Amino acid sequence: MMEQVIQPWPWYVAGILIGLIVPALLILGNKTFGISSNLRHVCAACFPADIKFFKYDWKKEIWNFFFVGGIFAGAFIANYFLMTDAPIAVSPALQSELAGYGLSDYSYMLPKELFSFEALLTVRGFIIMVIGGFLVGFGTRYAGGCTSGHAIMGLSNLQWPSLVATICFMVGGFLMANIILPWILSL
Amino acid sequence: MNNEKVQNIDSNTACVNASAQQHPGWYNLKYTVVGIIFGIVFVKAEIISWFRIQEMFRLQSFHMYGVIGTAVVVGAISVFLIKKFNVKTIHGEKIVIADKEFNKGQVYGGLLFGLGWALTGACPGPLFAHIGAGFYAVLVVIASAVAGTWTYGYFRDKLPH
Repeated sequence: MMEQVIQPWPWYVAGILIGLIVPALLILGNKTFGISSNLRHVCAACFPADIKFFKYDWKKEIWNFFFVGGIFAGAFIANYFLMTDAPIAVSPALQSELAGYGLSDYSYMLPKELFSFEALLTVRGFIIMVIGGFLVGFGTRYAGGCTSGHAIMGLSNLQWPSLVATICFMVGGFLMANIILPWILSL
Repeated sequence: MNNEKVQNIDSNTACVNASAQQHPGWYNLKYTVVGIIFGIVFVKAEIISWFRIQEMFRLQSFHMYGVIGTAVVVGAISVFLIKKFNVKTIHGEKIVIADKEFNKGQVYGGLLFGLGWALTGACPGPLFAHIGAGFYAVLVVIASAVAGTWTYGYFRDKLPH
């Protein structure tokens, strides 16, 4: 049993557990699954700056901060107690592509050559961490949700605007990964 | 876009399910428990991995499609059952899920988020999980995401919706 727990979990185990978050939050307190709203609540709580979009009672949404606090704790538990030291298995096709950009560190789930405080001083590291983060924050709020709010919660509730959003997420991702990112990685 | 419609989206994106019931603050710990399970799954199924997201967008692996696809099926069956049997919350309240209203933001914002998703290899949930897993450089990505959200709020009235 423990042997299986410390190995990487298959997609169907993860998919079932994530799918069950939807009814869990609804039944525990009528809450809809959605993570990116927390970024808005942070703005509302810390930097409202008299902007209408951030003037609401964020304390009513405090449950979502408790939820995110759980994500921190869960990731900590998994990373420190439920992992092997084995490097992450990556498809050979991706490995050979990344090798062309000098990326070969598979010791963590992110390539350390791109995600570190030192990498911030490189052009590609800055684009990926700072511009990438900005696009995630700007885009999710503009779209009214992220993978959890639209792709999982919205599609579970058969909302066609969420299908539109999910398709656009994928189109943007395919465009970046296949056309723009190779150019950025070669900088 | 007229002001009334902006207001409408406002009410759709914050406090949609604000419950009328009042509970002590520690009641919120039940959401922490759900979050802990979510955080463990994020790490154990490698959903927070930049490499898995790159494989997804290059069609080099089925993994992420399997995760998201299964989650949607399980979520959809759950929502269907909750509606069909009129399931109540543990505090006896009626479960209400607000409809999503279409606006052009889902297209423009969706495309922009997609670009950011493939760059950072993370949607907002995994960003938080990286910090818990001890990868502190991702704090920069989160700070930038908060700045992006703030910038959207600042220019919101001028953007097409």
